[in-house]
Amino acid sequence: MSESNIKNTEKEIIDEFELFNDWIGKYEYIIELGKKLPLIDENLKNENYEVKGCQSKVWINADYKDGYLFFKADSDALITKGIISLLIRVLSGNKPDEILNADMNFINEIGLKEHLSPNRANGLNAMISKMKNFAMVYSNQNVN
Amino acid sequence: MNIDIVNENISFDVYKLRKEFPLLDQQINGCPLVYFDNAATNQKPLSVINSIREYYETINSNVHRGIHTLSERATEAYENSREKVREFISASGSNEIIFVRGTTEAVNLAASTYGMQFINEGDEIIVSAMEHHSNLVPWQNLTSRKKALLKFIPITDNGELVMDEFKSMLNEKVKFISVVYVSNTLGTINPVKEIISAAHSYNIPVFIDAAQASPHIKIDVKELDCDFLAFSGHKTYGPTGIGILYAKEKYLDLMPPYQFGGEMIKNVSYEHTEYNNLPFKFEAGTPNISGAVSLASAIDFINEKGLLNIARHESDLLKYAENRMNEIEGMNIIGNAKNKTGVISFIINGIHPYDTGSILDNLGIAVRTGFHCTQPLIEQRYNLPGTVRISFAVYNTVEEIDRFIDGLHKVKKMLS
Repeated sequence: MSESNIKNTEKEIIDEFELFNDWIGKYEYIIELGKKLPLIDENLKNENYEVKGCQSKVWINADYKDGYLFFKADSDALITKGIISLLIRVLSGNKPDEILNADMNFINEIGLKEHLSPNRANGLNAMISKMKNFAMVYSNQNVN
Repeated sequence: MNIDIVNENISFDVYKLRKEFPLLDQQINGCPLVYFDNAATNQKPLSVINSIREYYETINSNVHRGIHTLSERATEAYENSREKVREFISASGSNEIIFVRGTTEAVNLAASTYGMQFINEGDEIIVSAMEHHSNLVPWQNLTSRKKALLKFIPITDNGELVMDEFKSMLNEKVKFISVVYVSNTLGTINPVKEIISAAHSYNIPVFIDAAQASPHIKIDVKELDCDFLAFSGHKTYGPTGIGILYAKEKYLDLMPPYQFGGEMIKNVSYEHTEYNNLPFKFEAGTPNISGAVSLASAIDFINEKGLLNIARHESDLLKYAENRMNEIEGMNIIGNAKNKTGVISFIINGIHPYDTGSILDNLGIAVRTGFHCTQPLIEQRYNLPGTVRISFAVYNTVEEIDRFIDGLHKVKKMLS
């Protein structure tokens, strides 16, 4: 059921972005979303939680509760915060296996990637990998 | 108001000149391109692009080995380029001009040959606090392998070398100095002649990283009396993958080869190799012939426009841009040396450079963000997360600066 949760949220985001017909609107919306990001604890802003491969600093942490993963994050750049908040909205509150299987196709659908520099696109992939790594850790725990 | 100052000094028609650069005439993200990342690499005039094509269409063959006519023509073109470079930097002899891939390779060549041979445990090498990684990491690596010490000429908050401090660092333990001529991040033009002369009173050889100088400043190695100097073709309106290492003959003679094979040999037996004369001793393998030939076209382009005209135009753009940028609240320009080329690093209070760069990119304005390959300078010296950098070339205009300023206002509106 939760797999469709992810898909539903992706669909929601795609619909929201369809309201904007230019990149400025999309960026302004992303920046707004960044302001609502569930923030990571200040003391976790260290190397263990840092996402490598971003030009801006990004930290992500996951809490595991009753079989579900909940992400928190922060960045020193606003647009980056907005992008993570989209990722968190899609992935947070789902089971590790569902997170691992998410194809995150909404990123292409909302036309975000064409407005990201290759550098930033690398950073985006690094953020997704970091989140999936958390999912992998807890997914293995379930097996044991 | 500043436009008057700009216009009266332009001694060539920048709008006509722009037509020589096909790349500039395009839309990026629906807006006409503004290319302000010239310190990373500048765009190429048609004459340079055509020279690459012409080389492959008419004389392509390997140099220094063929008996046939084409090989002779290619060799002649390649060696004529060497002569053109010699003239461009006023070197004594063309055997002091080594073709390399770029400035980075030139520094690595010097560190791996001269450095490995002549730097010993306890010796000191001096660089500055504003070096590009390419003129830092090779010396870091060398000093760590040799148990030698790497020291840094400090810089002021304005981004100028503290020359008194530098002079007090000189002693008999210092065996090599490598300093950047023009900072790629701050735009500072360093007093390299003064550095060289002070170093020579201790018989210390000096390497000048001229990567950011060659498209803007007349380089005269004889007048500077530098022992080594390097620059890159692609920052000098030429192609990528070609660069120059200049060194005084006496040093090149002392240095062992850097790479082995190809044309760097004179005689080879199964047991032993006798190396070739200068400059071929340092040019192993088939060189970047088309690169060298089109670098000569790039030098022709610069000579035709006149380096002084280019420098004056860029200096006018610099003044105009700095004045207009300072109108923006929260603007911090990083690097305010008295002597600067057309490079402006900045950060707007409360706005991450990456965000600024992303918005500008969407407006068709190409800038660089981040550390600019000078991470210690940005992080340790200035304690910043990065900067945004704009850098000018001969084809940039006041109108482009105006669009950039409008872009910054949009950035502020969206991100504040």
